Amino acid sequence: MYETVVGLEVHLQLSTKTKLFCGCRTTFGAPPNSQTCPVCLGLPGVLPVLNRQAFEWGIRVAAAFDCEIAPVMKFDRKQYFYPDLPKNYQISQFDQPLAQHGHLDIPVGGQAKRIRIRRIHLEEDAGKLLHEAHQTDTFVDLNRAGVPLLEIVSEPDLRTSEETYQYLVDLKAVLQYLDVSSCDMEKGSLRCDTNVSLRKAGAAELGARVEIKNLNSFRAVKQALEYEIRRQTLALEKQERIVQETRLWDAKKLLTTPMRSKEEAADYRYFPEPDLVPFTISREVVERAKQALPELPAQRRARFEASYQLSAYDAGVLTQDRTLADLFEGAVKTYAKPKPIANWIMGDLSAYLNAQNLAVGDVKLRPEWLGHLLQLIDAGTISGKMAKELFQEMVRRGVDPAELVKEGGLRQIVDEGALERIAEQIIAANPQSVDAYAKGKMNALMFLVGQAMKQTQGKANPQQMTEMLKRKLEKTHPTRNAVDEREVRS
Amino acid sequence: MAVVTPDIVKQVAMLARLRLEGKALTQLAAQLDEILQYVQQLQAVDTTGVEPTSHVLPLSNILRKDEPQPSLSQEAVAALAPAAHPPFIAVPKVIES
Amino acid sequence: MASGELASKTIHELLDLFEKKQASSEEVLDDVLSRIEQHNPKVHAYLESPDPDRMRQQLRDQWKASPSGRLRGIPITIKDNICSTGVEVSCASRILKGFRSPYDATVIERLRREGAVIIPRANMDEFAFGSSTENSAFGGTVNPRSKEGDARVPGGSSGGSAAAVAGDLAIAALGSDTGGSIRQPASFCGIVGLKPTYGRVSRYGLVAFASSLDQIGPLTKDARDAAILLSVIAGHDPRDSTSAPNKVPDYEAALDRLPKDVTIGLPTLPSKGLERNVEARVQEAVKVLGLSTVPIELENIGQSIATYYVIATAEASSNLARFDGVRYGARANGGSLMDMYLDTRSQGFGAEAKRRILLGTYVLSQGYYDAYYLQGMKVRTLIKRDFDEAFKQCSVIAMPTSPTVAFRPGEKMEDPLQMYLSDIYTISANLAGIPAISICCGSDADRLPIGLQLLAPPFREDLLLQIAHAYEQKANWPTLRASLRVPH
Repeated sequence: MYETVVGLEVHLQLSTKTKLFCGCRTTFGAPPNSQTCPVCLGLPGVLPVLNRQAFEWGIRVAAAFDCEIAPVMKFDRKQYFYPDLPKNYQISQFDQPLAQHGHLDIPVGGQAKRIRIRRIHLEEDAGKLLHEAHQTDTFVDLNRAGVPLLEIVSEPDLRTSEETYQYLVDLKAVLQYLDVSSCDMEKGSLRCDTNVSLRKAGAAELGARVEIKNLNSFRAVKQALEYEIRRQTLALEKQERIVQETRLWDAKKLLTTPMRSKEEAADYRYFPEPDLVPFTISREVVERAKQALPELPAQRRARFEASYQLSAYDAGVLTQDRTLADLFEGAVKTYAKPKPIANWIMGDLSAYLNAQNLAVGDVKLRPEWLGHLLQLIDAGTISGKMAKELFQEMVRRGVDPAELVKEGGLRQIVDEGALERIAEQIIAANPQSVDAYAKGKMNALMFLVGQAMKQTQGKANPQQMTEMLKRKLEKTHPTRNAVDEREVRS
Repeated sequence: MAVVTPDIVKQVAMLARLRLEGKALTQLAAQLDEILQYVQQLQAVDTTGVEPTSHVLPLSNILRKDEPQPSLSQEAVAALAPAAHPPFIAVPKVIES
Repeated sequence: MASGELASKTIHELLDLFEKKQASSEEVLDDVLSRIEQHNPKVHAYLESPDPDRMRQQLRDQWKASPSGRLRGIPITIKDNICSTGVEVSCASRILKGFRSPYDATVIERLRREGAVIIPRANMDEFAFGSSTENSAFGGTVNPRSKEGDARVPGGSSGGSAAAVAGDLAIAALGSDTGGSIRQPASFCGIVGLKPTYGRVSRYGLVAFASSLDQIGPLTKDARDAAILLSVIAGHDPRDSTSAPNKVPDYEAALDRLPKDVTIGLPTLPSKGLERNVEARVQEAVKVLGLSTVPIELENIGQSIATYYVIATAEASSNLARFDGVRYGARANGGSLMDMYLDTRSQGFGAEAKRRILLGTYVLSQGYYDAYYLQGMKVRTLIKRDFDEAFKQCSVIAMPTSPTVAFRPGEKMEDPLQMYLSDIYTISANLAGIPAISICCGSDADRLPIGLQLLAPPFREDLLLQIAHAYEQKANWPTLRASLRVPH
């Protein structure tokens, strides 16, 4: 009965070394007010100068989303008073932003749905306020003031909370591939606000728009939207009017509440920033930016499906994170079968990362080690079960599994399964010795044990290896001695 | 015909975080009105097809290398502030929802 | 030398004396300091008398640090809206009371590098809003040319700088000019005042009034000093995005090389309020120069004040938003955050500052932007075009600096609009971004100085200085200058 219309506004902190308009560092978590200077403090007499890297990365992002990049862009002042805004205006972009009219295609129900991007622009971040530290005062930390932000605004093309979630996941993947930000909602380098309205299915006009803020994870975005849709639907069914307002998501109570209005409908009094000159972006620069783009997630996904015969699902999971995709491709170089590698990554590695609350970039895992691990399994040096333990060690300590096997603790292979397999291989490879043993030549057994030790590079436990070989041989090639033993016993 | 009334001036004053009331407000409103009446003459100038000048110099693309420069010390920042709980600057509590 | 004699010298005269070892930099500084001590209480050119011990230490340090500095040992007076470290910078406003800048403006760095001694805190109109220095929150300045019992304003907003130079409480000074604030005080005080081309001198460290109009420039006793000072402070600054990359010529070396074929354009001017004496002296001065003249039209000059007061106040209202008591300066305590903003700003800003902030906020607010600000920017284009066209017919343009001589305090304070209208001749140069100079070309019956203003195309300060220098030679400036000095 009602159609949901959702738009997203994402703020991305660029991981440049310095701020947008001054040379202060942007390091996350620095001691309060240790990364400020006259310019970002808004002292009298200071002037902004644009960070070249931020400018170039802005162009890169705009190119990645196929935007129309402005031939001339300029900055404007957005004016309002707030203690985290040193100049009481934010240098942003109003009517001539960096880029407009781009898009991101997301998978919806097996099909590609195009979500249009209305605009992308550069602006400076504000500082941080701490309200809880003191009874009567709010504390101000201006380290973050002036950090470069890229604002990415979508058209209200999203129709469900799932689509919105997918859009965020895919948007983040592209941004991560471009290597311009840590894209971390927890660290605040990726922030998003959403707006949602309902209208009668088939209606052309949009309903009253509600903006939702204080969303700290993709999951929160989905939950908040679902709550809002329910709330608005109920209200509409009761013939109530939806108030056009801003609401805050409460992650504990799982609901949205109206925000106490900061200002009566803010009049930002935009006007061109007189302290900054315009910036031209030639067709050549745009072309070069497009050429220089890395392989983006969608392309890589397609290539994985084709080149490695992976399912769409597997390819999708592996390419969502560039480090993961790099790991996979690096591993495949050292071990020819992609599917087992994919399984180890999507299975054991993912489980490990989730349990430890880590990202793949946080662990020291070299692609060739996965290859080594699988080779060790194939060689029978370790069994599947041992491999799982070895895997944990490898990831936890950041050591090549081949090394781990050499080291103490995993020196000997005592795993029955592994030994059994090795025994089978040795037996199959040395028929003469087997015959000899069957004919009662004990030396032949020693020889076979020796072969097993050679194959396992001395790792097999010799006693157990001997026992295993004996057992195996008995089954297939019973000896007169063995028979005698049996006769004797019985 | 007044361009601005004291009511409008009061709203504008709030935007600019200025407290204006009573005689000060009416006096200022009268002065502003006089000035704005004068300034109205601009509207009679034919500017069809004229590009606005926001910068007199034909400069463009002034950029800076992404290289860190020294910041002020925490002490210097706190020393500038009228009120501080070092290393923070302090303001009366901001009321948010 | 007699007391006050060293203080009455120009930069180049002093450099000459230093070289000939006929005077020491200590003697010069002491003479200036003693004149300040003696006369500043009455003249109030400085908001604060400099601390002699600190000044002398600064001189010692500077003398040692810059053996080949072009301003070695020369005291330079600085308007109180240019940031320098180690001293309060107030812009003559209560809201910045107690603010000590942790950084030096680029122009200060350049002066220091050449061995100059910085004498800060020259009085001004609050935040440079004004044409008389009466808007200073800490009291006005007396024009040293005033006759006893008939005090006159020094002009504004760089009134303190101009008065100091004119009264020999300074050797030379820096001021700032947004709509005439260097030239008009220079005219009222009988000295040289130069507003450079927009972008010629870095604005980094100049407390902004109108970002697209402001420039720092010299106020000096003669053209040669202006040339010397300009050479030191001009030039590209990577910290100012609006700073011009153009090379800085050697203005002093070029002084005597005035081209013979220079023509002076004489525009038809709005003549409301133009005093007959002023008109006459200016016309005479042009004749004295002996250069060919040509009549020109500046079609839109009548719109310049309206245009200026839309653009400049809009930019100013935004630039002054940062003064809120949060991070520096004065703060009104005892209430909520909103109270802090409202009270800090309402108590901290004077009447003219409030007027301009309100005007600027209004013209930028929703619904009015197109009619006022946008329209203003378009008319600005027309004004600039007028000059581009005019300079095709002449090398420089001449006109009075101000319609009047220095007026009496209070005379124009009743009606703000009247004060604004007196900027009619200076404002367009700022709107067009072109350089302009005011030089003293005589006085009226009360011996109040009259200023001749010359305007040139962008980056032709050299022409302005050459003509100014030529005039000084022809008009025997040292004598004229001496005749203007009111007995101390």
